[in-house]
Amino acid sequence: MSDIVEKTLTALPGLFLQNQSVGGPTAAKASFSSRLGGLVRGITALTSKHEEEKLIQQELNNLKATVSAPTTTLKMMKECMVRLIYCEMLGYDASFGYIHAIKLAQQGNLLEKRVGYLAVSLFLHESHELLLLLVNTVVKDLQSTNLVEVCMALTVVSQIFPREMIPAVLPLIEDKLQHSKEIIRRKAVLALYKFYLIAPNQVQHIHVKFRKALCDRDVGVMAASLHIYFRMIKENSSAYKDLTGSFVTILKQVVGGKLPVDFNYHSVPAPWLQIQLLRILGLLGKDDQRTSELMYDVLDESLRRAELNHNVTYAILFECVHTVYSIYPKSELLEKAAKCIGKFVLSPKINLKYLGLKALTYVIQQDPTLALQHQMTIIECLDHPDPIIKRETLELLYRITNAQNITVIVQKMLEYLQQSKEEYIIVNLVGKIAELAEKYLLVAFGNVLVLNTVDTYAPDNAWFIQTMNAVFSVGGDVMHPDIPNNFLRLLAEGFDDETENHQLRLYAVQSYLTLLDVENVFYPQRFLQVMSWVLGEYSYLLNKETPEEVITKLYKLLMNDSISSETKAWIIAAVTKLTPQAHSSNIVERLIQEFTTSLDTSLRQLAFELKHLHENVKLMKSLLPIDKSCEDMVVDASLSFLDGFVAEELTQGAAPYKPHHQRQEEKLSQEKVLNFEPYGLSFSSSGFTGRQSPAGISLGSDISGNSTETGLKETNGLKLEGIKKLWGKEGYLPKKESKTGDETEAPPVPQESIIMENGDQTVTKKDQSQVLTQSKEEKEKQLLASSLFVGLGSESTINLLGKADTVSHKFRRKSKIKETKSEETTTDQNIICSSFSSSSNVTYEEDYCLDNLQDRGDKELKKFSLSSELLDSESLTELPLVEKISNCRLSTPSLFADNNMEVFHPPQATAASVANEISLASSLLEETSEHIHSDLMEVCNNETISMSSYKIWKDDCLLVVWSVFNKSGLELKSANLEIAPAENFKITEQPECCLPVIEAESTKNFQYSVQMEKPFAEGNLSGFITYQVMDTHSVQLEFSVNLSLLDFIRPLKISTEDFGKLWLSFANDVKQNVKMSESQAALSSTLKALQQELRLHVVDIIGNEGLLACQLLPSFPCLLHFRVHGDILALWFRSSCSTLPDYLLYQCQKVMEGS
Amino acid sequence: MQFMLLFSRQGKLRLQKWYVPLSDKEKKKITRELVQTVLARKPKMCSFLEWRDLKIVYKRYASLYFCCAIEDQDNELITLEIIHRYVELLDKYFGSVCELDIIFNFEKAYFILDEFLLGGEVQETSKKNVLKAIEQADLLQEGSLSHLPSFLQFQKLL
Repeated sequence: MSDIVEKTLTALPGLFLQNQSVGGPTAAKASFSSRLGGLVRGITALTSKHEEEKLIQQELNNLKATVSAPTTTLKMMKECMVRLIYCEMLGYDASFGYIHAIKLAQQGNLLEKRVGYLAVSLFLHESHELLLLLVNTVVKDLQSTNLVEVCMALTVVSQIFPREMIPAVLPLIEDKLQHSKEIIRRKAVLALYKFYLIAPNQVQHIHVKFRKALCDRDVGVMAASLHIYFRMIKENSSAYKDLTGSFVTILKQVVGGKLPVDFNYHSVPAPWLQIQLLRILGLLGKDDQRTSELMYDVLDESLRRAELNHNVTYAILFECVHTVYSIYPKSELLEKAAKCIGKFVLSPKINLKYLGLKALTYVIQQDPTLALQHQMTIIECLDHPDPIIKRETLELLYRITNAQNITVIVQKMLEYLQQSKEEYIIVNLVGKIAELAEKYLLVAFGNVLVLNTVDTYAPDNAWFIQTMNAVFSVGGDVMHPDIPNNFLRLLAEGFDDETENHQLRLYAVQSYLTLLDVENVFYPQRFLQVMSWVLGEYSYLLNKETPEEVITKLYKLLMNDSISSETKAWIIAAVTKLTPQAHSSNIVERLIQEFTTSLDTSLRQLAFELKHLHENVKLMKSLLPIDKSCEDMVVDASLSFLDGFVAEELTQGAAPYKPHHQRQEEKLSQEKVLNFEPYGLSFSSSGFTGRQSPAGISLGSDISGNSTETGLKETNGLKLEGIKKLWGKEGYLPKKESKTGDETEAPPVPQESIIMENGDQTVTKKDQSQVLTQSKEEKEKQLLASSLFVGLGSESTINLLGKADTVSHKFRRKSKIKETKSEETTTDQNIICSSFSSSSNVTYEEDYCLDNLQDRGDKELKKFSLSSELLDSESLTELPLVEKISNCRLSTPSLFADNNMEVFHPPQATAASVANEISLASSLLEETSEHIHSDLMEVCNNETISMSSYKIWKDDCLLVVWSVFNKSGLELKSANLEIAPAENFKITEQPECCLPVIEAESTKNFQYSVQMEKPFAEGNLSGFITYQVMDTHSVQLEFSVNLSLLDFIRPLKISTEDFGKLWLSFANDVKQNVKMSESQAALSSTLKALQQELRLHVVDIIGNEGLLACQLLPSFPCLLHFRVHGDILALWFRSSCSTLPDYLLYQCQKVMEGS
Repeated sequence: MQFMLLFSRQGKLRLQKWYVPLSDKEKKKITRELVQTVLARKPKMCSFLEWRDLKIVYKRYASLYFCCAIEDQDNELITLEIIHRYVELLDKYFGSVCELDIIFNFEKAYFILDEFLLGGEVQETSKKNVLKAIEQADLLQEGSLSHLPSFLQFQKLL
């Protein structure tokens, strides 16, 4: 790096040398200092944008000349830089000055340097290439003895720093954590926070130092460290539970006013600190009763103390309420928090009202009665002149939607939708409306009878179709593609009740025909696609109109210029479906004529298909049966009818067919070109993504190349198959399943109807009590209220959005789609995980390819004898991992020692009592003898049982075994071990794990196989065991086990040749130079260390280069190439997985440091 | 915090600080949209805005708008206080600050901001400490800048 900087700087015109000697004349200096003023005044005096542009361009030209002139002094440069910043702020490009900003930061005196750094932080972004040139300057300034320089360097690092250069400054910044000046320590902590954000694995090893910062005697440093803790706890709260006590103590001291007065803000002690702590506590206490109990007191006090009528106290109150509702509930606190929310909601200040609504939206699921309390305020907010308030109110209503108020709420949402123009809002609202509409349609179908008698507001078929029409019209082409897909699937799959299905479909068809009759109205493309699919499938339900009439309408649409070719493909597909039902076919013929000459290949293809089918009516009728969109068609996928043809060709000397991937492979090995595609993809290329449109599907069949007459039938078959895939079974829940879903749905019906009545009663009671004082307007509001808040009355109300939401299978389906769709979006993971942990269907594309390679590799290994002494140590590859669990024991002296504060000590890491270990060790599973395993470690115990765990590193998975030792003399019954679903792990129970009884003084084992779903440096697996002693109450005991990435790394035994192939096929790579200590200087010893500690397989050693391979279970390979250069070791990782190399690099570095 | 913008009632940008990496084009687009939206709002309206997936918190001081973008789970009210504390800091540093001070000495306004907020997080909440840090770095600063005569508002922010 340093040489690059040097080179670049010398390549620049040699200004600096001259600078020193020349120095500008004083007159020039004086004019410079007021130049910015002149510029600002000049700009303000101008009247038009055009003049401004001219003036600034002129200014920029001047600046450009000045900054590159050799006579410019650094002082002048500083002034220029300020003007450049100004020009950039006005929106003009000043990129020619970037390099000079870096120079100024490097060479200027303190004042100039400061401006230089400022300019850099304003001009450049994190991945800007010029930023690399700043690294040397930063390193130099970090080592400076001048505090101001160190501060500047730290300030710039905390804002903007190239990720790959972190190792260059990390040790220097770590040193600064011990600096005597608190401002330096504080900035160093914030710099590390920045590093944590951009490259968390690079700062993993300094977590201990974060703890030190947390216990710093200076409040500022401690507060800064909370930013890091907040992020880390957000990622993995279970690892920091032991700090709860510390955070509570700090908060207590802050609330109690023990901080210096300096930190008061409008006589409230350190509000920012309080809020940060409250947020951290909220994360720690979530779903954890024991941890939550620790904080009840301090939360209570916070609520009590925040009394002053100032914004900042409300800020604290708001956060406090949030925390109270996030942690394990305590009724007393909830009551107080609810009162606080009331204060917000009823406040005349609009900001507070907004926050009140916001608070209501997130507590409403836990406590729907709160909404009832404030119903009149909510109604008022619904018509508030400020759209933000309106929108938040809708958000609130969205969460309290139930089967009775849905029509009113959706109507309100649609009204809002009509007024808003911002795309983001439209997409968001449209999604919500569609979700509600679909969900309650399902409920309504379950409750048809009940609803018809009880409530006229209830959604019905017509309402549903009309609502969806509005959704499609407004949401149009910006809405989420799931919405039309789900809608069509819902129509196609239908419900148990056939008459309802019939009515729904018929209504849809009728409403679309009406819509299409309206002249001069343009519908969004997506809406037209939906219409054409529905018309194609369900026009047969019509009595009055004949298929011909529908076809005519579709044809008219098809001829419209504003229709996209994708939509046209949908329309032609619909016409194709209708053709067998029609008697006369003039229009169809016209269509064929028109489109068989179309320039669009996919349309032409569709037209030809239609043409050929049209010639064979019988075939067409069997291919396009009515209302069978959800049933699969049997297709001869092996193309057996072509066998004769193939045999004939072969005898005539044709080359045998090679599958696509084989050809690809051969091509690759011949050409030795870099293949930038992930390896697994070559197999899936035939699985084209034709889900969205028939056009795509036809293209797919194009690829298969069956255009001969014999292949025609097959082509059409395939195409229909494709259409079925759209809405049929594949990829979605099979129909059968959805039916069972409906059945389970049935029971809650009567229950709900009762509640509905209850709800009505409560509302009407209220109504009566207030009748006397009502004006007419108020009466209207009351009416609206009663329609909105119906069904919220009692605790047992079925809130369809809440946890009780097992009613609608629609909801379940939706989240499943989410899950399969994107594994990387981990938001909402909680909900999804809890209900689907068993069904997570992660597919590893590489699986197949890798197995293949591995097999081959194994065979080849036997043939090749590599001339490496290390090969002998092959058997060593699976040496046990040395698990280093660092117990961060804090010997913190005192926090805030100079501030007369109470001293607290973070809890000591609990020293595990290992009394039972010997007896337990004897009971290790038999399997352990075959595989390498870790030592037995106690994870939790109480008076009756002691639990230990150990890991078995099997070749294909990681087995975690929990050993339960019954210490008591009594028999334990129905022992049950449950592992909490963890974000990054997939857990499968081994069959032999059910334990009805644990005899006295015996040991039983629970065994789980764990897989890592995506690379992760370290994670926690927590769970609990429940058991009963002598048929009494059941006891629950919690525990957690730490898993590291290394637990999932296995050697990948491949040959050098395969290594080469794989290497080329991987796109993700990471390079890093590591300095070796003298003892490591030999390549072989380093290799050995890596082989042993990380279980890497040594593939080959060529001179001073080594090749290693490993895989992350189940099948993410990672290859490592390294070369020794004196005492520098150049590591180069490649993998099919994007994050794996980073993590492995980190582990390698750890090994290198360790040995 | 994702970014902070200061702009005048006329829609002129006075200060911009971005804590998330964005391209210049995006920055310009966001600035334009936000300035428009915020200026269009009436004085009695809520200080918070939902904008894309962000929350915008803004406050007007005299002729100057201070506008911060935070994430949804962040605390809006305390962000308002961050703005206020920043104005207080400016006020103390410049001695009853007005928009002009910020226009002509915007680099100083940046320095103060950097001592108060770093990387989008509150770095130091003690007013005394922030100003001490600024003064330390200012020690060598040339003599005080005489206020330039102007046709702009001399209205005090606080």
